[in-house]
Amino acid sequence: MKKFFAQTYLWLLLALLYAPIIIIGIFSFTEAKVLGNWTGFSTKLYTSLFSGGVGNGLLSAIENTFTIAIIAAAISTILGSFAAIGIHNLRGRKRQAITLLNNIPMLNPDIITGISLFLLFITLGITQGYLTVVLAHIAFCTPYVVLSVMPRLQQMNPNIYEAALDLGATPLQALWKVIIPEIRPGMISGFILAFTLSIDDFAVTIFTKGNQGLETLSTFIYADARKGGLTPELRPLSTIIFVTVLLLLIIINIRARRAARKAENI
Amino acid sequence: MDNKTNTIIKIEHLSKSFGDKVVLNDINLDIRRGEFITLLGPSGCGKTTLLRMIAGFLKPDSGAIVMDGNNITEVPPHLRPLNTVFQRYALFPHLNVYENIAFGLKLNKVPAQEIETRIRKALRMVSMTDYEDRDVNSLSGGQQQRVAIARAIVNRPKVLLLDEPLAALDLKMRKDMQMELKQMHQELGITFIYVTHDQEEALTLSDTVVVMSDGKIQQIGTPIDIYNEPINSFVADFIGESNILNGTMAHDLEVEFIGHTFECVDKGFGSNAPVDVVVRPEDIYIIANAENAKFTGTVKSCIFKGVHYEMFVETDKGYELMIQDYNAFEVGSTVGMFIKPSDIHVMQKERICNTFEGRMTSPTTVEILGAEFECADCGLKEGDNIYASVNFNRVELQDNKEDGTVMGEVEFILYKGNHYHLTVLTDDGEKVYVDTNDIWDKGDLVGISISASDLHITKRV
Repeated sequence: MKKFFAQTYLWLLLALLYAPIIIIGIFSFTEAKVLGNWTGFSTKLYTSLFSGGVGNGLLSAIENTFTIAIIAAAISTILGSFAAIGIHNLRGRKRQAITLLNNIPMLNPDIITGISLFLLFITLGITQGYLTVVLAHIAFCTPYVVLSVMPRLQQMNPNIYEAALDLGATPLQALWKVIIPEIRPGMISGFILAFTLSIDDFAVTIFTKGNQGLETLSTFIYADARKGGLTPELRPLSTIIFVTVLLLLIIINIRARRAARKAENI
Repeated sequence: MDNKTNTIIKIEHLSKSFGDKVVLNDINLDIRRGEFITLLGPSGCGKTTLLRMIAGFLKPDSGAIVMDGNNITEVPPHLRPLNTVFQRYALFPHLNVYENIAFGLKLNKVPAQEIETRIRKALRMVSMTDYEDRDVNSLSGGQQQRVAIARAIVNRPKVLLLDEPLAALDLKMRKDMQMELKQMHQELGITFIYVTHDQEEALTLSDTVVVMSDGKIQQIGTPIDIYNEPINSFVADFIGESNILNGTMAHDLEVEFIGHTFECVDKGFGSNAPVDVVVRPEDIYIIANAENAKFTGTVKSCIFKGVHYEMFVETDKGYELMIQDYNAFEVGSTVGMFIKPSDIHVMQKERICNTFEGRMTSPTTVEILGAEFECADCGLKEGDNIYASVNFNRVELQDNKEDGTVMGEVEFILYKGNHYHLTVLTDDGEKVYVDTNDIWDKGDLVGISISASDLHITKRV
């Protein structure tokens, strides 16, 4: 009996959590303009989404979102990995200080990051647009990459870098042939994390996108909703994004579990 | 062969400090071509630091490392013609056995065909044929160490450095690997520089043993020399089991210790000179018949050790000796003992009392060891530079570290048959030597005090 209640409670909670997403998912397979009306099963919204029935606004927003995410994730993975190696080689108080400095931006509310970057760009007289959004995304993604690479470095046998030098590798070759392969799983996790964070972001983007008409998905939807009612094609789009993120999360989890199992075997 | 080509590595006046701590203090060492040399010492003695400097991972503060006539002190590790076997193997986890061993050869642009044959040969040498494709993480500790050795020797280094390579293996495996290393050394004919804290391993493997302590070389010699002729009480205590006792050299060929006078083979110490006497536990002959013996004693304990029995015997004059014999003697029984003159090893005493530099702070107080001590008035005035000396057995140690005039940590303990000789390191890094009957442990924090009448002051000019 007790078990029954526990199970019911769990499923109820999960249903509440996922209801909005599931509802969007279900209603993406019908044609009704207003959310909540079921006019029979149809994939018309999906075809319309991909055949340009929604106008250029949404399509370019999608394109911007993904290109910004890929560029920002790639650059912050490189920056974050080198930063992590640097921090790893520091000792004592210096290391604590830098680690703290790395952690603060992650705890800082997005809205503050957004406003401060906005003010920074204004002060420096940089015209805001695509470039500033990319820079802003790199800024808030990099600490997460550092965080996901650090544990790999800590697990690494500290002698392997020296072993590479000993066998005739220059410091650069040792980095490339030994250190990078060792931290690669952390770098990949960091990249995926940065990618999803960037796609997801609204607060920072809205402050740094400027007024040249640049839109990402989140800002586009926001503007669209304010214009009066959501474009119906956003339903299939949300569904696709949700499924994509879900798949990425599953991949991260499987990787983490595999790494843990491998570590146990050693 | 002349002397120059016979020496492969020459270490000259090498020193290194980490912060305030001196890790290596003016090390001088010649390493002969093709020898198996072992750096032996307790942890923190500087042996690994020295090895890492030879490998190039650390730079000395001063001094030079010369290899084949070239000063390599500033040469980065990847350009030095030597290879290292690390304590924790340090295999590359993302590469398999073959790729690990090929790492150095590929960097040196060795043709693929040759890489193949050299790897097979190296694997055969470490008895790991057929393991090429294995993931290194799936190997046992011993197998990983073999791969690490193969990875080093495949590059045909002139010198192979081994940093406690067997420390992580279990005893049986360690013994097997020792024999294999020794054989490998003979087959390869290259110089091995081996670091270990295991004195038995050092004696088993080496042509030359370098005993280190406190960043200094204590003694260099063959294993037999080191064991039979230890140069000081540290070496005697560290290498094998030994009875280390205070003695007096009555005159040449006669030494007095444990309350008896013995014939010995040492001379040149002068007459009535205080000395340290070392007698190995297997060199004391023990018999049941006490009447004709040189001296007698009572068996306090008797433990079976496999090949022999290890006994503690209290002598007629109250000294405790460790004795190893094939026969067991009953606890409580009276036994007789002999020592052959050639088995008594006499060493110069490094010191006979504590001497500290300091200065007077008033006619009856003196500043030594970073604190103020009271002393008897000896006509000196404030500001005079002095030497203060105190006998080992007149230094008092307190359990409660605040009770002493200065604080210290017990660093080294030597049992001398009827008392302990302690080395206590003060907060200022000075050493105070103490004779005591109390039992202390290494690392104990103690208070040090010296009563005014025991402090002897002499003027320093």
